[in-house]
Amino acid sequence: MVVRTVSVSRSRLAERLSNRFDRLRRAPGSLALVLLLPSLVLVFGVVLYPLVRTLLTSLHDVNSAMPGAYPFVGAHNYLELVKDAEFRSSLLRTAYFTFVTTAFELTFGILLGVLLNANFHGRAVVRAVVIIPWAVPTVVSGALWRWIFNGNYGALNAALTQTHLIGQYKQWLGTPWLALHMIMVEDVWKFTPFVALFVLAGLQTIPDELHEAGMVDGAGTVRRFFAITLPLLAPVILVTAVLRTIDGFRLFDIIYVMTRGGPASGTETAAFYTYVRAFSDQSFGLGSALAITLTAVILVVTVVYMRAIRVSEVD
Amino acid sequence: MVADVRTPSRRDFLRLSAAGAGLVALSACGSSPGSSGGAGGKANIRALFMKQASYSVENVASMTRRFHAKNPHIAVSTDFVAYEALHDKIVTAAPAGTYDVVLIDVIWPAEFASKHLIKDITDKLPASERSKIFTGALQSAEYQNKYYGIPWILDTEYLFYNKKMFSKAGIASAPRTWDDVVSAARALKAKNIVKYPFIWKAAQEEEIVCDYGAVLGAYGGTWMDGTTPTFDKGGAVKALEFMRMTLAEGLADPASLTSTGDDCRKAVSQGTSAMCLNWTYMYALANDPKQSNVAGDIAIAHTPAGPAGGPGINGSMALSVTATSKNPDAALAYIQYLTSQSVQDKYAQLSLPIWKSSYADSAHLDATPAVVDVAKTQLGDMLLRPQVPQYNAVSHALMAQLQNGLSGKKDPQSALTDAASAAKNIMSS
Repeated sequence: MVVRTVSVSRSRLAERLSNRFDRLRRAPGSLALVLLLPSLVLVFGVVLYPLVRTLLTSLHDVNSAMPGAYPFVGAHNYLELVKDAEFRSSLLRTAYFTFVTTAFELTFGILLGVLLNANFHGRAVVRAVVIIPWAVPTVVSGALWRWIFNGNYGALNAALTQTHLIGQYKQWLGTPWLALHMIMVEDVWKFTPFVALFVLAGLQTIPDELHEAGMVDGAGTVRRFFAITLPLLAPVILVTAVLRTIDGFRLFDIIYVMTRGGPASGTETAAFYTYVRAFSDQSFGLGSALAITLTAVILVVTVVYMRAIRVSEVD
Repeated sequence: MVADVRTPSRRDFLRLSAAGAGLVALSACGSSPGSSGGAGGKANIRALFMKQASYSVENVASMTRRFHAKNPHIAVSTDFVAYEALHDKIVTAAPAGTYDVVLIDVIWPAEFASKHLIKDITDKLPASERSKIFTGALQSAEYQNKYYGIPWILDTEYLFYNKKMFSKAGIASAPRTWDDVVSAARALKAKNIVKYPFIWKAAQEEEIVCDYGAVLGAYGGTWMDGTTPTFDKGGAVKALEFMRMTLAEGLADPASLTSTGDDCRKAVSQGTSAMCLNWTYMYALANDPKQSNVAGDIAIAHTPAGPAGGPGINGSMALSVTATSKNPDAALAYIQYLTSQSVQDKYAQLSLPIWKSSYADSAHLDATPAVVDVAKTQLGDMLLRPQVPQYNAVSHALMAQLQNGLSGKKDPQSALTDAASAAKNIMSS
């Protein structure tokens, strides 16, 4: 047996360390890598690893939550989706929900943002109050609106009958089409302030001089809004549209609280259907394929939006 | 062997850091609530219950305190979720072994047993013990002649009705058949005592299948023949036609389509409906002046009968030891305590015991006599929903079509044909 001992003096150790740091400094790529390591670990652990696992699961016939060796089925789960009429209708319903609510939220959000940007007494209070719907957790606001829309003792029926706008109580969540639109009302109520805040931030970057110049040229309020405010807000509006669209396609929590996809699956969104198949039915392979497909749809929509943003920035 | 003593490199430092992080992660895993305490044979177990119907949170807390007093080496922590979240919570927590004890519904043993989420404890529930328990209760833990838990909640749907409203309408006795229910509803409506005399639990949740099942049983319908759905034939179709008729005629509240069991309890408790099917727990709450405007007026009766009888839908539930429990013996001891006759007899106001002898000598039973009287005969006549591993998917397809049939979007036959077709695909995939 040979025992080799390497003794290193303190000065030599310091010298070696110094050399290492020098090398690191001279190679900025390495230093950047070291500094990025914590965030890379986080991104890989929280985003990429689950995504890859989901992708792999979607290629296997995983029919239990318990770990095990499940048969590889290739694209079988994806082919099942193509044949699945309920998935197709949930995806179309989600797209309809997303585009309509996003359009309303952008319209109302821009108007609200412009209003909040104006000078009036109590502006600070109004700004604080307006943010409340967005600040309330979705589960809470979902439960709140479920009570408001309740067919027997909801506030909406009471308000509308007492003002003689309707003759008798209506089941707002009782038919598929109406229930879907009532949930859209809730969504617009909740997320309009979110858009308004973004718009407000965007409005504050528009120099007053532009409006003053417009006024000198004889442009009225409406003309200045369409010729100055709206074009300069375009990037903000597009970013907000991207965020709302992504959120719309992921819609789950309001549905879970308010209708659980009913009545007659008429409010079942793609994300809720994914949840049902994966967790309620324990069809994790199929559920993962649904999740990957939904992610791909969101990715395509996002790319379209991002291209629109680039075009608007170039313009 | 070469022992190389040298200065640590950056790579060594990173390796050490990673190892340290791993150790921290492992130690965090080791200190999970479900882990064994180690020294002195102490055990920590975690149990999952539902927070609605049946035993209240206070009941379970009281039972758990008493268990701990008798078994100080076993510490129990309890979690409660809504029934609607219970299944998915069990499923998502299973791989991590979060829970040692879980409450399972009568429709889940096939799924959980076949997917190895819960333990087979047949040897801990010998035939001599099983013979003392109601068959309907045993079904909540049974799959293919093996037992995956011990029954805890023995329940079925009863008819709850407002006897004061009935009296005003000149109806002297409780409805015994669905025809009686319709006659009573017409009388209540004709005399403007209540606008919608009946309310179904017909939101798109499992309870719509329960209400439909009670009527299906009364009309002689069946769920399945082996793995082939049969709920698109005969009495099963008549059952949905009957339910649709009550809505179309305005005898049942249109709010039925968005109502859960708790919504129905509230509607009857507020006096906006006169009748509903519901679980045992409703009797105490609907007659509690703190929670009901009609306290003292609500009576309980058998599930109404039809041409084929009046079976109640089996809504029993069992306590199971999870397959990933680190302390299965402690978990089983806890379950055996909660399901013991003495404990069940003591907490019988909201949920009745699984033990037959509790009803023979009801002096020890802390339950309302009116409920016990009805339960004695109803508990022996219960209808089981299909015991198949794919039950949730079948139920999901069925409940959407039941709503189509009830809302008039489809005629009952078409709705059930579509549901059976979807169920057939699910069963064959």
